[in-house]
Amino acid sequence: MRVSAELEPQSFVLLRLGERRFAVAANQIAELVAPSRVFRFPHRTEKIEGVILRRGRIVPVCDVAETLVGKRLHTRRFYLIAVRRYGKQAEWVALPVTGECELINAEMSGTSASDAPHVAGWLSHDGDVIEVLNIDALTPGPDEIRAEAVTMGTREARP
Amino acid sequence: MPPAPAKPGPAREEQIILFRISGQHFAVSSASVQEVRSVDSMSGLTAEITAPGLRKVRHVVQRGDRSLFIVNGAAHFGLAPSPGALIFVLRKTRTALLVDGIEKMTSMTRLQALPLSFCHEERRWYRGLTALDQTVVPVVQPEGFLSADELALLDAAMPPPPERVAENGGQNAVENDVEGMESAT
Repeated sequence: MRVSAELEPQSFVLLRLGERRFAVAANQIAELVAPSRVFRFPHRTEKIEGVILRRGRIVPVCDVAETLVGKRLHTRRFYLIAVRRYGKQAEWVALPVTGECELINAEMSGTSASDAPHVAGWLSHDGDVIEVLNIDALTPGPDEIRAEAVTMGTREARP
Repeated sequence: MPPAPAKPGPAREEQIILFRISGQHFAVSSASVQEVRSVDSMSGLTAEITAPGLRKVRHVVQRGDRSLFIVNGAAHFGLAPSPGALIFVLRKTRTALLVDGIEKMTSMTRLQALPLSFCHEERRWYRGLTALDQTVVPVVQPEGFLSADELALLDAAMPPPPERVAENGGQNAVENDVEGMESAT
């Protein structure tokens, strides 16, 4: 019973970064918008490029290409605005994508211990095996600071 | 019959100063700025200070019984070096902020909290972001320029009292209080 429940088709948005495709659960997507001016100001959060203004809201732009495909991509076709959860709070975050996006229904299979934290699962589509992204793990947030503090603490504790 | 939703009250305005450092725009609440002075007017009133590992503060000025540390805004934010032309004395802090110039005085009606994706030092630097004339400007936090640790470092590096330069009461200084500037602009 449980296995069949997990394999029920769900909606996903397929996005393209360079030559690769990734998926995000459709219920985590707010909208897809054309690129607009990115406002930049000094800060120290590496993955954040700046912010865009969208319907009166200020939305951070998070470049995830380096994490996902190993290099920065300078062309961008759209911003996929995803909902990022921080505990009970949720905020929009704009992810630059380089090609068309597509809405599909597919069955997601679970992750294995060797998968990166940003992998929420896998799905098969058009002969490709596609990573389903965990937006909360992929984009920066207060957890990043806690993880860094733990790493620093571990380093300091070493003899 | 369900109660009618409460009507939103009039948006509360906050007076702000839009200023520049190394070509980057920032805003600060006018209420946080005690004085705006030209760098020239402060020459001769400052003493040099060197705190190890803290390059953003090179000068200190004695104001009555308190020492104000002059923070180079460009060095604080990691921007391209800039000589700075004006100094904002920030109320209720020990910071005087060196900036390039004032763009304008205006008001904001909405301050959006810094998105949680920004998760490093910038959370101390800014009160939030505001949209002004179709651009987004960070609104600085006056207390965010010097942490308690940095203040302790600076206090420890203070020059001995006889060498401190006392202020001459602003006799020769071009001192502008913020309200005065506002009416002039």
